[in-house]
Amino acid sequence: MEHRGVWIVGEQSEGRVQRISHELLTRGRELADKRETDLTAVVLGNDIDADDLQGLIDRGADRVLTMEAPELEHFLVEPYTACMMQLIERHRPEIIIAGATSTGRTLMPYLAIRADAGLTADCTVLDIEPETGNLLQTRPAIGGNILATIKTPEYRPQMATVRPRSTRPAEPQPGRGGEIDRQTAPKELLGSRVRRVDFVPDESEHGLAEADVVVSVGRGIKKGENVTVVEPLAESLDAALGASRDAVDRGWMSYPHQVGLSGQTVSPKLYVAVGVSGSIQHLAGMQTAETIVAINNDPEAQIFRVADFGIVGDLFEIVPAIAEKLREAAED
Amino acid sequence: MRFIVPIKQVPETNAVRMDEETGTMVREGVESIINPLDLYAIEIAIRLREQHGGEVISISMGPANAEKAIREAIAMGCDSGVLITDKAFAGSDTWATSYVLAAAIRRIGDPGLIICGERATDGDTGQVGPGIASFLDLPLATYVGKVEHVDNDVCRVRRLIESGYEVLETDMPAVLTVVKEVADPRLPTLRGKQKARKVEVPAWGADDLDTDPNRLGLKGSPTRVVKIFRPQVTRQCRKVTAVDEESIGPAVDELVEFLRQRELI
Ligand SMILES: Cc1cc2nc3c(=O)[nH]c(=O)nc-3n(C[C@H](O)[C@H](O)[C@H](O)COP(=O)(O)OP(=O)(O)OC[C@H]3O[C@@H](n4cnc5c(N)ncnc54)[C@H](O)[C@@H]3O)c2cc1C
Ligand SMILES: Nc1ncnc2c1ncn2[C@@H]1O[C@H](COP(=O)(O)O)[C@@H](O)[C@H]1O
Repeated sequence: MEHRGVWIVGEQSEGRVQRISHELLTRGRELADKRETDLTAVVLGNDIDADDLQGLIDRGADRVLTMEAPELEHFLVEPYTACMMQLIERHRPEIIIAGATSTGRTLMPYLAIRADAGLTADCTVLDIEPETGNLLQTRPAIGGNILATIKTPEYRPQMATVRPRSTRPAEPQPGRGGEIDRQTAPKELLGSRVRRVDFVPDESEHGLAEADVVVSVGRGIKKGENVTVVEPLAESLDAALGASRDAVDRGWMSYPHQVGLSGQTVSPKLYVAVGVSGSIQHLAGMQTAETIVAINNDPEAQIFRVADFGIVGDLFEIVPAIAEKLREAAED
Repeated sequence: MRFIVPIKQVPETNAVRMDEETGTMVREGVESIINPLDLYAIEIAIRLREQHGGEVISISMGPANAEKAIREAIAMGCDSGVLITDKAFAGSDTWATSYVLAAAIRRIGDPGLIICGERATDGDTGQVGPGIASFLDLPLATYVGKVEHVDNDVCRVRRLIESGYEVLETDMPAVLTVVKEVADPRLPTLRGKQKARKVEVPAWGADDLDTDPNRLGLKGSPTRVVKIFRPQVTRQCRKVTAVDEESIGPAVDELVEFLRQRELI
């Protein structure tokens, strides 16, 4: 039997479908359209919210497949792999994409071995090669200095993970039709030699990844105390604070604020880079922002190449002036 | 207990420079080091041996000079090491790499814990650790930030995930991939260095391992790199200069107008 169809591996938490699933639908829909095939969202879990499953159809899936059981409530690599394997053997998809989350980055490599499939991690661009129909998987390599495009010509399925927040979630289009196929996972697939005995949530609020507006500082602010220079601006834009790795390495900001290849990927409506040079590794984490504004005193700084609006000048003068102007504008 | 630590030799990425003209990596003068994230795996393995007894064996698949990485690991305190090297392994992707490393671990035999780094700084995939677990059909815990308990039957760890940490208990033997929080790597000791200089590091090739020749190296790898290129940056930047009193006001006005047009304020 031929391999057909594009799959995304959705994620749920406490039965609620997570945002990454909707981001994957954006990617998956594009690929399925190019391949003129169906898009399937697979979700493993327990007692998954029915409206959320319909939401996957609304956002572009033609079919939703679930496997459900109490043992699948939380991610465990062995039962998740066993269930995925059964679904793959039954339906034979040609493409499977998942989020590069702690779940996707664990499940996919364990599964790819079993499925005898090629797997490409952390893709930034996915496309279809017109002549062959092969999946073209582009990802940063060698510390982000280059991009590599990877193919899996002889093996099916073709598997890839993509970074969370590197795509916008698909918008719902109510009234879309699709099939929802909910299955109880067979007992024999649910064995696990790993048990989740406890979970301790992280209480600290960073909110960087979810923020609509991010103001980031780089080495240009010169010292840690100078973070105060951007605070009024961040406040008037209701922005989360980000930082370059240089600013984090110097201890001016904590690691959860780091944006880039080895930090967070953000995809806000507005990204304001203050005294950030725009290294390739930094760009890897913020390039997909809708609008990018940069303030830098070096007219040749790389950051201007990705910016929509740039001000060349001294941040210590310009940033307070912007904040002041925004405050005035808000009062009008 | 036997602890096996797969380590990778990588170019020192901080030193990697790109040739802007050709878009290729400048390799001259770039040192090879142990993948920095593997040092955490070595450290926790040594600590566990110090607590529970046994031995730590580091293994590395790569060219002949990856032997240097093994000797460095021994200088840190590993008991021995095996180099896995063969022309037939060249061009391996993560599938084929995991396949060979799993075969090497089978040959060593009787693993307690197999401890990998979270990811290698060059390939940057994080796929090899889970791949080894899958080939050996062993339980797996990824993103381990703390090892709370180990005995012959179970191992309890903290797995760091986006929303907090899970406490996982796994049957033994098992594969762990560890993150920085797990333990601070020590420096090599003088005694370690002396031992590392003298110790015999066996080299195993394809013939020493029970593997299918069709699944080795480039030939055995499902994925193919078909193109390498420099990232292109694409936006049209409206750039205004504001270097003195007179120009700052208008520049700021223009920016605020721009944000208003885009409905960002
Ligand atoms: C494997 C690897 C992973 C990495 N991961 C990341 C990552 O995740 N995130 C990341 O950010 N980096 C990462 N880096 C580091 C990256 O290569 C750069 O070193 C870093 O991003 C530079 O930070 P910066 O822009 O703050 O500093 P710089 O490059 O020093 O830039 C400072 C900028 O501020 C400007 N400036 C100075 N004074 C003023 C002033 N008064 N007014 C206005 N502008 C001023 C300067 O013109 C300059 O452009 C990584 C590197 C490697 C090798
Ligand atoms: N060639 C190799 N030899 C030994 N161990 C490796 C090799 N490649 C990867 N590993 C191990 O697998 C981990 C993840 O590597 P990667 O999947 O390449 O990011 C590393 O931190 C090492 O512990």
